[in-house]
Amino acid sequence: MTQLASADKKKRANTAKPTAMKSLEVEGHEATVGKVFTDNPKMTMRNVNVYYDDKQAIHDVSIDIAKNEVIAMIGPSGCGKSTFLRSLNRMNDTVDICRVEGDILMDGENLYAPKLDVVELRARVGMVFQKPNPFPKSIYENVAYGPKIHGLADTRVDLDEIVENSLRKASLWEEVKERLHQGGTGLSGGQQQRLCIARAIAVSPEVILMDEPCSALDPIATAKIEELIEELSENFTIAIVTHSMQQAARVSHRTAYFHLGKLIEVNPTEQVFTMPEHPLTEAYITGRFG
Amino acid sequence: MQATNILILILGLGVLAFFLGRGRSLALAKPLGGIRQLHSLPSYYGMHAALWCALPSLFLLCVWMLFDDSLINRLVLDSVAAEIAPNDTASYNLLINKISNLADGILPRKGESAALVAAADHLVSLRIISSWSLTAVLLTLSSLGLLWGWSRISASFRARPVVEKVMQNILLGCACLAIFTTLGIVLSVLFESIQFFRSVPIFDFVFGLEWSPQTAIREDQVGSSGSFGAVPLFVGTLLVSAVAMVVAVPVGLMSAIYLAEYASKTVRTYAKPALEILAGIPTVVYGFFAALTVAPFLRDLGASFGLSVSSESALAAGGVMGVMIIPFISSLADDVITAVPQSMRDGSLAMGATKSETVRRVIIPAALPGIVGGVMLAISRAIGETMIVVMAAGMAAKLTANPLESVTTVTVQIVTLLTGDQEFDSPKTLAAFALGLMLFTVTLLLNIFALHIVKKYREQYD
Amino acid sequence: MTESINHLEKIKNSLSRRNRAEKRFRWYGRTAIFIGLAAVLVLFTDIVNKGHGAFRITYIELEVTYDQDRIGVNNLTDPKELTRGNWEALSKTALRTEFPNVSGRSDKRRLNNLLSSGAGFDLKDRLVANPHLLGRKESIWILADDDIDTYFKSWLAGDAYAARLSSKQVQWIEGLHQQDKIRLQFNSNLFTRGDSREPEQAGIRGAVMGSLLTLILTLLLSFPIGVSAAIYLEEFAPRNRWTDFIEVNINNLAAVPSIIFGLLGLAIFINFFHVPRSVPIVGGLVLTLMTLPTIIITSRAAIKSVPPSIREAALGMGASKYQTVLHHVLPLSLPGMLTGAIIGMAQALGESAPLLMIGMVAFIVDIPGGFSDPATVLPVQIFLWADSPERAFIEKTSAAIMILLSFLIVMNTVAVWLRKRLERRW
Repeated sequence: MTQLASADKKKRANTAKPTAMKSLEVEGHEATVGKVFTDNPKMTMRNVNVYYDDKQAIHDVSIDIAKNEVIAMIGPSGCGKSTFLRSLNRMNDTVDICRVEGDILMDGENLYAPKLDVVELRARVGMVFQKPNPFPKSIYENVAYGPKIHGLADTRVDLDEIVENSLRKASLWEEVKERLHQGGTGLSGGQQQRLCIARAIAVSPEVILMDEPCSALDPIATAKIEELIEELSENFTIAIVTHSMQQAARVSHRTAYFHLGKLIEVNPTEQVFTMPEHPLTEAYITGRFG
Repeated sequence: MQATNILILILGLGVLAFFLGRGRSLALAKPLGGIRQLHSLPSYYGMHAALWCALPSLFLLCVWMLFDDSLINRLVLDSVAAEIAPNDTASYNLLINKISNLADGILPRKGESAALVAAADHLVSLRIISSWSLTAVLLTLSSLGLLWGWSRISASFRARPVVEKVMQNILLGCACLAIFTTLGIVLSVLFESIQFFRSVPIFDFVFGLEWSPQTAIREDQVGSSGSFGAVPLFVGTLLVSAVAMVVAVPVGLMSAIYLAEYASKTVRTYAKPALEILAGIPTVVYGFFAALTVAPFLRDLGASFGLSVSSESALAAGGVMGVMIIPFISSLADDVITAVPQSMRDGSLAMGATKSETVRRVIIPAALPGIVGGVMLAISRAIGETMIVVMAAGMAAKLTANPLESVTTVTVQIVTLLTGDQEFDSPKTLAAFALGLMLFTVTLLLNIFALHIVKKYREQYD
Repeated sequence: MTESINHLEKIKNSLSRRNRAEKRFRWYGRTAIFIGLAAVLVLFTDIVNKGHGAFRITYIELEVTYDQDRIGVNNLTDPKELTRGNWEALSKTALRTEFPNVSGRSDKRRLNNLLSSGAGFDLKDRLVANPHLLGRKESIWILADDDIDTYFKSWLAGDAYAARLSSKQVQWIEGLHQQDKIRLQFNSNLFTRGDSREPEQAGIRGAVMGSLLTLILTLLLSFPIGVSAAIYLEEFAPRNRWTDFIEVNINNLAAVPSIIFGLLGLAIFINFFHVPRSVPIVGGLVLTLMTLPTIIITSRAAIKSVPPSIREAALGMGASKYQTVLHHVLPLSLPGMLTGAIIGMAQALGESAPLLMIGMVAFIVDIPGGFSDPATVLPVQIFLWADSPERAFIEKTSAAIMILLSFLIVMNTVAVWLRKRLERRW
């Protein structure tokens, strides 16, 4: 299904009530169980398929992400959760052979519409990566990068303020305020990752995507990041892919379980980990495969 | 006997030694119950004998060849009659040449003085003696070596470690050739330069503003003492190199960026090798192109704008040199740009940066050390480039920064001073070595520094 | 929330400017690629344009009488007598019979200038090869002078260049053309002869042979030495200062200007060891030192690409280090080494600057037959011809460049083919 062909569907999606969508929009959807849709969606995904050349990585995924919620995506490695996450801010565009079909909307606006500028989109949907990837510049320059390229700060004072606020929000300010102009690569792994988070929130995105943000970190640094995610959820909508079920249980409000490119189950986190609806989910959280 | 024949003979003996040694070890092994009873494989015993047979002889052959000529010449000159004995180096060389030409029958003997003819005969007889004694000595040495290597073979003899040790030393020798080459370069330019600086003070050479190396034949001629101030050459070299860099750096860098970050796979597979063609074209071809196509074109173009462009302008030579260096810069830049981890690009793109913002603000700063190193290597290349400037730049040393004028460079002067039939010890030819010394020093420093930067850069992302 | 809406507004405002910058940047890249490719195209077109004419050359058909008295030779097998013969007379008489009305010294001289100054000797060679012609007549195509050739070609192309001809000569040529007695033929001299001061007589055979001899020597020396050095550095060398020093030296030598190697050759080989000038031996030695770094570096890369598991397997079987290298590493890395050797040879084939220093720039007519005969090489021949004032040499130079480039293209194609064909993926 191409983006253009789904234009009329998009119109309906905007007018129809979210609850009505279930029966109207989604066909052949029996694979996903649980509370897939919400009344208050920030992002809406319908029948999303992702291909690498001929290989299909994501099969017909439909899901809502609510405003200011933290949604965790879990599943065995290679299940496509990262691929799905990267298609939410069109990072998959950088991979030549990758093709995305279906509708991905934010506030009712199709993210894959031809006239949509991907620059604007990515400013609204920030991303934090698996491995901390600070630029080889100073800490200050790392955080100021986004505001600078987007022209958000009119004066040096504005910029200083944005940098300080972002670093404070990322709980890094106290640790680095004395050495803002030293290299960002000199920080520890956990600090680097928080720097990357600060960098992402410096442009005040609406949604932050996190792709296994703690997988390269030690437990103490991980705890700090998790704490941070909880604080951030007051202002931002967060989608986090994680390898660790405990982490999903700790930080998220809802959890989505992916299996071999299919979305199996979406439910409030507590429910997923106490009484999963789908046998595959149960098998995964009880550790029968991983 | 000719050296090549002797060489073939020694190698033949070596092969013979190999089979003899191998045969002996096999014969020894038989009564003991097969080659399992030997310490090493039979071929190692063969190799052992062959090495003993050939190596010492080859070594002696090399030494002999090196000193043979000068020794014979010395002997001949010692014996010549006093009236034709030389009193300085120039006449020494002349006399040697004459005698050897007489001996080879290139010059007719008729009409030459008896002393010269006698010397020529002496030379011929010495050469015959030398070549026969060499053959005899070498053959004896080889045979002795063969015998020694062969006689040492026994079941318990550890042939393999010995052979491997020798082999490894030969390999080491090959690797050390690089050091000897560098040493050879340093010594050859240094010695001649020191001789040059005896007649021309080093300060005058490095800071002098006038270059006219024509030393007059007679003392009383105008401008009898040539002046060797190399500053105009340095300026000319820098000017041409600067023009080359102005062409090569932006074009090379931008094409590397485009190919690495923007181009589709198809474009990359065709455009990249097509650009590399430029690197494979011999410099003499560029020189021809610069001198016969680009320079007249620029001259006519300049004339149509009312500018006077010299037909040997620095612009033509430098521009064509820049074209030559484009692939050099673009492939080095491509290397360092692709070495920047993908996570950097992702990080920047995920912030909403456009591709060009990512390239300019993240990738280029990250790759900067590597790029700087590459550009420095390119500069060193431009400074040392010879054929293009010899063919398309001028001969006259002019102190100017105007690329439309004709300038000369260090390499052009080296070529001009050393081609043609000059006496080797005149200040003119020695000046070429002094220029060579400057060229070598500057490029060496640039290279070492650049290679160091690039290496450090690579390690950063490895 | 207001903050983020405010931000969004600012981002939206900046979009058009940034997209313009993006487009501009992309165009810079395209322009750079275009400049590079255009340079390749212009260079090749220019050379082919200038040089394609040289493969054909002007001949004039004349009636030649091999008159024994005029030549003054009785015995065609006696070389001494042959050198004394008046061979010029053959071509001159032939011209006189074709144009019987020409009189006056200067006109006669102009008439004689129609033919190549070597024409008489060409006729001599023909007579020596066919002795039965002596005393007979035949109609034969004779090589024209280079000025005639230049004029005739430009005239055929519709843009006559007559600056070096007199009006009489032009008339004669037109007369010959009306009788179909002047035409372009394949220029075999270009491929069969050595250098000459006369453009129409000059060929590249000598230079090609010189290049061949020099390259053979270079290959014989640099390949074994380079591979040995690479094996030592990759497989045997201990990691210590000495090894580092060797490595620094190799990397540096790869970037030393080639002319410096010429100085080395002049000072060490010629001045110190008294190797004769201008011979392929000294050229080969200098080019060996020059190509060694390239060969060592590519060979090392080839050895590096052999996975350690192969070495471990062989060592685990009880093979010695030396056996492991000889039996496993070397055969597996040979394709890469050969590729490197070909690239190094291509580099050596195109090199001219260091050879200028060691006297391979001399004017040499004879075709070299051995390593110690004076010789020049193809790129230096190009340099010499490019320096010659005769207009006809421009064409010749471009043709020689075309031949040199085709050698290089063949070598590089073989290298690429070899790499594709024998490359192993681990």
